[in-house]
Amino acid sequence: MISLSILEAGLVNGLLTGGVYALVALGLTLIYGVLHIVNFAHGSLLMIAMFGGWMLVSWAHLDPYAALPLMVVIMFVIGWGLYAGVIGRISGGDDRRILLATLGVAIVLDNLALVLFTGDTRTIETPYQFAVVEAGPLLLSVPKLISFGVAIVLALLLWAFMALTDTGRAIRAVAREPDGARLVGIRPGRIFALSYGIGIACLGAAGCLLLPSFYVSPQVGNVFVLTAFTIVVLGGMGSFPGAVVGGLLIGVTESLGGLFLGESLGPIGISLVFILVLLFRPTGLFRAAR
Amino acid sequence: MLRYWPILAVVAALLPFASSSQFLVNLAMLTAFSALLGQGWNIACGFGGLTSFGHAVFFGIGAYAVAIMQTRFGINPWLGLPAAAILGAAAGAVLGAAAFRAGLRGSYFALVTLAFAEVFRILANSLDITKGGLGILIPLHPSLPNFQFADRRGAYALVLVLLAVAMGIAAWLRRSRFGARLVAVRENEDAAAALGIPLVRTKTQALALSGAVTATAGVLYAQMFLYVDPNIAFGAERSVEMLLVAMIGGAGTVWGPVLGAIVLHLIQDTARMLIDTPGFAPMLYGAILLAIIAFLPNGIAGLRLPRRRSAREEVRRA
Amino acid sequence: MLEVRTLSKRFGGLRAVKDVSLDVPAGSITALIGPNGAGKTTTFAMIAGFIMPDSGSVRFAGTDVTRWRPDRIAALGMVRTFQITQPFAGLSVAENIRVGAFLRHHDVAEAEARARDVGTRLGLGPMLDRPAAALTVAGRKRLEVARALATEPRLLLLDEVMAGLNPSEVNEIVALIRQVRDGGVTILLIEHIMQAVAALAETAHVLAEGALIASGTPRQIAADPAVVEAYLGHGAAERMARHG
Repeated sequence: MISLSILEAGLVNGLLTGGVYALVALGLTLIYGVLHIVNFAHGSLLMIAMFGGWMLVSWAHLDPYAALPLMVVIMFVIGWGLYAGVIGRISGGDDRRILLATLGVAIVLDNLALVLFTGDTRTIETPYQFAVVEAGPLLLSVPKLISFGVAIVLALLLWAFMALTDTGRAIRAVAREPDGARLVGIRPGRIFALSYGIGIACLGAAGCLLLPSFYVSPQVGNVFVLTAFTIVVLGGMGSFPGAVVGGLLIGVTESLGGLFLGESLGPIGISLVFILVLLFRPTGLFRAAR
Repeated sequence: MLRYWPILAVVAALLPFASSSQFLVNLAMLTAFSALLGQGWNIACGFGGLTSFGHAVFFGIGAYAVAIMQTRFGINPWLGLPAAAILGAAAGAVLGAAAFRAGLRGSYFALVTLAFAEVFRILANSLDITKGGLGILIPLHPSLPNFQFADRRGAYALVLVLLAVAMGIAAWLRRSRFGARLVAVRENEDAAAALGIPLVRTKTQALALSGAVTATAGVLYAQMFLYVDPNIAFGAERSVEMLLVAMIGGAGTVWGPVLGAIVLHLIQDTARMLIDTPGFAPMLYGAILLAIIAFLPNGIAGLRLPRRRSAREEVRRA
Repeated sequence: MLEVRTLSKRFGGLRAVKDVSLDVPAGSITALIGPNGAGKTTTFAMIAGFIMPDSGSVRFAGTDVTRWRPDRIAALGMVRTFQITQPFAGLSVAENIRVGAFLRHHDVAEAEARARDVGTRLGLGPMLDRPAAALTVAGRKRLEVARALATEPRLLLLDEVMAGLNPSEVNEIVALIRQVRDGGVTILLIEHIMQAVAALAETAHVLAEGALIASGTPRQIAADPAVVEAYLGHGAAERMARHG
């Protein structure tokens, strides 16, 4: 049988990973909440963010956490440009076309990375890579702890931005009622691009937070994409607290799934949770915060 | 000229039989095979508007069914073909009944199909009966009764036959009551329900039909390449390939997947000659998909429609 | 033909429809009128199976159809149109109508002939082979009616088929609705404009803030102070009496 301490370790590890998942999911849920599109390019853009971070670390010799603010800005610009230049422009507002457009973007990005970086997996080296701290009976990985902390702080910052700033309020107004927002002088087109940009900027941060403990490859987005969708659906599409709680829950589910079901069957837990939530509670645990 | 192009296409499809070039036969076979895959997706997703991102699930079910039946139970693959079609239809019916009853549409349906395929991929990767990540090798015994072909032309002929059947189904959808009601559901669900069309049943039937056709493509794959593994069978690339072929050629049309397959393989081979880097050709497909969505939402086949419609109108006016 | 009993629906805290009961006798033209936001369309949607009522019942032709799916209700012979027209935009006008005809006709040629016949009768003849998206507002309203009629209903629920039409178009559609009724189809219609109803309906029910406030002939209703209040606001009846 699995001993209690292994179970505890699995639980805590899952929670720590879940913090970064939550950040990935926040971006996805923001985009869904405002634009009402499921961004199928999310995983691919996370992959781009991770490669960006990887380049800054291995070529410019930055620390991954120092590269974070830079990647947030870069990914924001990429996201903004992608929406304003491609997704928003070609889809004509039609749901099916938006859906396919985000898929098209994902295909292009995945294969662009394959062309530029080949299919090899890459990792970075940091002095604290294998550092651990003791917490009672548990050994906690330092980079995972840092990543968790930073992710939670960033989630709070994003929440504060949405709740307290004029821009945040404008975004929420558009999410609730695009036509009404237009009447009070907000331009929804700009807000859409801005929201997409912010959603993708979350990936810039998440990419850097993942780097110390995860590999990078052109396919790495696929590892996270279904997980991110699951979190968002579980938490309720468009819900901020839902994305955070969902992220932590899914981190734990994944960690325990691996523990109980083994390496190859473990990931099935997430897919099953996903299908069951979609079929039986498609509104998720939290209703979308409108 | 344009009116006769289906005849031209049939002639072109038959040409490789007269040639001894393995390259030509191979190219024609792979193109026809892609067209079959695209048509499988097209039946549910083009005509019914059920955008699936996980159609590989049906392909994989077909491929694994025939592989397991013959390697484990010694069942002849010719019997495996109808059995796989039935399994594919059953999977479509189960997935459809569950998803449509829960009211999933659009992005949500795309997500659930993606997850469904992923569940099957993980299962195939972990179970004994599928030999996990090793995959299943089908022993080489080329002969017609064994559903294996020493000459590629035999395999090609079979792909063509199944493609013809799939196109026949698509043509039937264009003409039949079921097809008309399915298209109505795609265009507007509320209006369709108001006119007495049972939404869940119609969509589920379409998905089952599509599942059956796609599963036969899986059988063909297994018999042509004699090997199946979880990523080949249930990987996202397979789902994307089907979608690309149908979308580029023209979703909801009879000839769209054929056109899409030809374009895709032309690009693939040209791209390989120019820059032989993995990822280059698929990157072009993605870009073409974006261009199609932007400029030709009805695909390449959509190019012909306006011309034909105006011609018909002129006849009527005269 | 149709018996609606104490139908109610809440959306969140809002009681959109409160205990609405009404009868539609076979062969009649009955109207449901009321100001915007009175709950007319919600009532309609509940009768036709598009929204589940919280309580109450709907009987159609002797069968309890409460909580039935819309397609089963349509198959039984009660078909609705939509206020915001819902054409199958990618199809031609004839193909649109044919979808309705397929409910009773399984043979394609038969359904096609039936669709063209209905379309022509409703004045869509010249447009039959054009895309539905090319129709004008008035054309789309006709298409809604044509599609519903092609299902050969016993009871037709018309949701504001006159809204957005100019006076001559309204006259045309009034004549059309009469013609449909004379062909043996019972009609329940929602209208916002009272004048149009007066010319058409034998009985009218007035809905305001989710509840029925009056029933009777259009003439009786127009004279009812409660109805005038509902349309023109509190105190309107009194003011009108004083000035008139």
